[in-house]
Amino acid sequence: MPLLKNGSIIIDDWITLGLDDPKPDSGDIVVPYARLLKEWESLTDHDGRLGVIFTNIDRVEALTLFLPRLALIVLPFPSFTDGRAYSLARQIRETGYGRELRAAGNVLPDQVQFMLQVGFDSFEIGDRFTAEVWLKASRQMSLAYQRGLYRTPGQHDVWSERHREAEPWLEQPHAG
Amino acid sequence: MTTTATEKGKILTANRLRDGEVVFLTHSGEWSENIDGAVLATEPQAQAALEARGKGDERVNLVTGTYLFDAERRDGHVFASHIKERIRSLGPTVRVDLGKQAEGKGGHFAALQGV
Amino acid sequence: MYRYDEFDSQFVNDRVSQFRDQANRRLTGELSEDEFRPLRLMNGLYLQLHAYMLRIAVPYGSLDSAKLNTLAYIAEKWDRGYGHFTTRQNLQFNWIKLEDTADILAKLAEVEMHAIQTSGNCIRNVTTDQWAGAAADEIADPRPIGELVRQWSSLHPEFSYLPRKFKIAVTGSPNDRAAVRVHDIGLRLHLNDRGERGWEVLVGGGLGRTPVIAVTVRDFLPEHELIAYLEAIMRVYNLYGRRDNKYKARIKILVHEIGAEKFRAEVETEYARRPHADTKVEERELQRISAYFAAPQFEKLPRWSATFEEARAKNKDFANWVRTNIAAHRADGYAIVNISLKPEGGIPGDATADQMRVVADLAQRYSFDEIRVSHHQNLVLPHVKRDDLFAIWKVLQASELATSNIGLAGDIIACPGLDYCSLATARSIPIAQSISRKFADLNRQHEIGPLRINISGCINACGHHHVAHIGILGLDKKGEEFYQITLGGSSADSASIGTILGPGFAGEDVPEAIEKIVNTYLARRQPGEEFLAAYRRLGPQPFKEALYAAA
Repeated sequence: MPLLKNGSIIIDDWITLGLDDPKPDSGDIVVPYARLLKEWESLTDHDGRLGVIFTNIDRVEALTLFLPRLALIVLPFPSFTDGRAYSLARQIRETGYGRELRAAGNVLPDQVQFMLQVGFDSFEIGDRFTAEVWLKASRQMSLAYQRGLYRTPGQHDVWSERHREAEPWLEQPHAG
Repeated sequence: MTTTATEKGKILTANRLRDGEVVFLTHSGEWSENIDGAVLATEPQAQAALEARGKGDERVNLVTGTYLFDAERRDGHVFASHIKERIRSLGPTVRVDLGKQAEGKGGHFAALQGV
Repeated sequence: MYRYDEFDSQFVNDRVSQFRDQANRRLTGELSEDEFRPLRLMNGLYLQLHAYMLRIAVPYGSLDSAKLNTLAYIAEKWDRGYGHFTTRQNLQFNWIKLEDTADILAKLAEVEMHAIQTSGNCIRNVTTDQWAGAAADEIADPRPIGELVRQWSSLHPEFSYLPRKFKIAVTGSPNDRAAVRVHDIGLRLHLNDRGERGWEVLVGGGLGRTPVIAVTVRDFLPEHELIAYLEAIMRVYNLYGRRDNKYKARIKILVHEIGAEKFRAEVETEYARRPHADTKVEERELQRISAYFAAPQFEKLPRWSATFEEARAKNKDFANWVRTNIAAHRADGYAIVNISLKPEGGIPGDATADQMRVVADLAQRYSFDEIRVSHHQNLVLPHVKRDDLFAIWKVLQASELATSNIGLAGDIIACPGLDYCSLATARSIPIAQSISRKFADLNRQHEIGPLRINISGCINACGHHHVAHIGILGLDKKGEEFYQITLGGSSADSASIGTILGPGFAGEDVPEAIEKIVNTYLARRQPGEEFLAAYRRLGPQPFKEALYAAA
């Protein structure tokens, strides 16, 4: 499945394994969360990067132990109207996790900007829409009211723009 | 065709995509704003054919939300069985100056008024 | 009144372009109806019985003449010359075309309005006290917090695909006129001993199929923590609210199923572990917003207005109107004017384009250019000199806007019902009309006193029937409309859910049933006892007997 990442469409070079698929000796693999729990010992020694497909019903706290070893977390959208993964994504980013966070499942252009804003940085997109549609949709809104979101190039948050002039003055306690 | 007996069946309806107007599927396969032009399908097979036709027109983005509703034909005119469909065929009962009933597209219903 | 700065304008303009693009992609088939529906709903566009319906946000119910005149313009250019004010202080148009919608949104943006999040499973338009900034009993104007919440909740990326819709109401008065106990979140202002502001946070109230009174999760949340705390609540709801059944997806069900204590603990855990740097309510931003809501420059006037007293003494109709439609203002010599959109036999909440312009003009001339929409589907001129009341009344009278029935039997809340709404199971407007005709005698209405009659055309309860003194719920029984009556509900401070009295009635029998209920009250009330108090004292039994015993 093609991926949208950093504004371009690329080939996914991760190997996705089911619960029982044999594990290759090397290469970047991504496994379901249940398999991560079951085979952690052997997976942690795997020769290659490790990723997990997390579920919408598990709590992010459960991932804490594994985070340092993970290079990819995939969050599913069973339907584009099921918004749980938006909260999970932010919770994961709030732990300090800085590597790839991927949206999978029913991912559509009109939600991709929201997904970027909560910290997703790659998207399983299928082949229904052109790159142009994806990119246009991902930057439709040039402003967001909320602070602290992940921003696409050219996007700003209203609060910082609005109070930009006041900011330098406030940050110079000994000015004058 | 005129019949004296009451014929019971189903009519396929939808809203037109671009403006939301209530429409009914006619014999010619077009969508009419007036319920009088609607096909009344009495047999399950014919009803299924209407539904299939409707799904096709949804796919080409002509209409949206197609469904069948119960209706009957009396004296050559069709009447919806349920009040909801009668209101859709006419317009609001509290504003008889608006909607199909005011535009001569209300079929052969008497306008519903008050309670 | 809040004014957009360049950023607010840019935001709304971006949103209009985005919707124009989405609507075009729907019309060309690039988007399916299932994909487009949530997008159009989050822009206020429904598909209803006769056409598309556009619900326009009136944030915390505040309008000015430019906005109301634009609504009148839209009503005539793109709709059928009228609009419908809703129980969430919004305005909806019933005859909209999808292909016109982006143009309408662009027109709204010119006067700093939008239809963002007036529908969809997201945080809806924030509502508040319709007398905010004017009421004599107010601690502080709740609208700056309303605006802060509006901005924070607008296109919030984390909370735009919630399990279900989410409604927030804010009040700054000890006498709750915003129904905070029957919202997903209710916010209620308090001052502590040191005079600092804090918010009581109520969660899990709501009407609909399962009416519930909210529980308090924080008694006194410091104001600067408000948004951070709201985020914690929203996150708990977004993650754990039910998504398997849309009738069990509201936050009230989550609170009920896991229990208020567990829910509170989840929220507190989430709140404690999150960084709050980006959600802190910054003093300077709150001050910036508050400045827009500074009280107008009221003249120093005597409390007593000779012009007004003379007119009241001479004209009985005017005196009656003053009794019901005028409320106390905090500034001497001023009053709050409530404009009834409930004429005898009329459609509750409907206003024609001409009526909108009349009210806009009055606001400009007499009320510091301010208009409010109440959740009772009426309009308010919040800051009027008592000296001007008679002149205003004359103008209102000429436009069928001077019915003296605010808070009385004729001031009925009704949802659009089966005449317009595709979810409805029965009509509600004709019931409202026939009741208002039955109680047409205004002297009798005044004699009966405060009485709240609310009508919903289906179990979703947009007509707030659960919290009416007399609630009417329209249902469908084998293709026939019938109506269930509840008694004893209230959305005020002592909020309560009405009790179903017994078997339902056919539409034509409802006015007579209401008459019997009212007569029972009149026969049994103690001196000065209002309907709700009498019901609470008497219980349902005498009313049941009156309704069912003789039948």
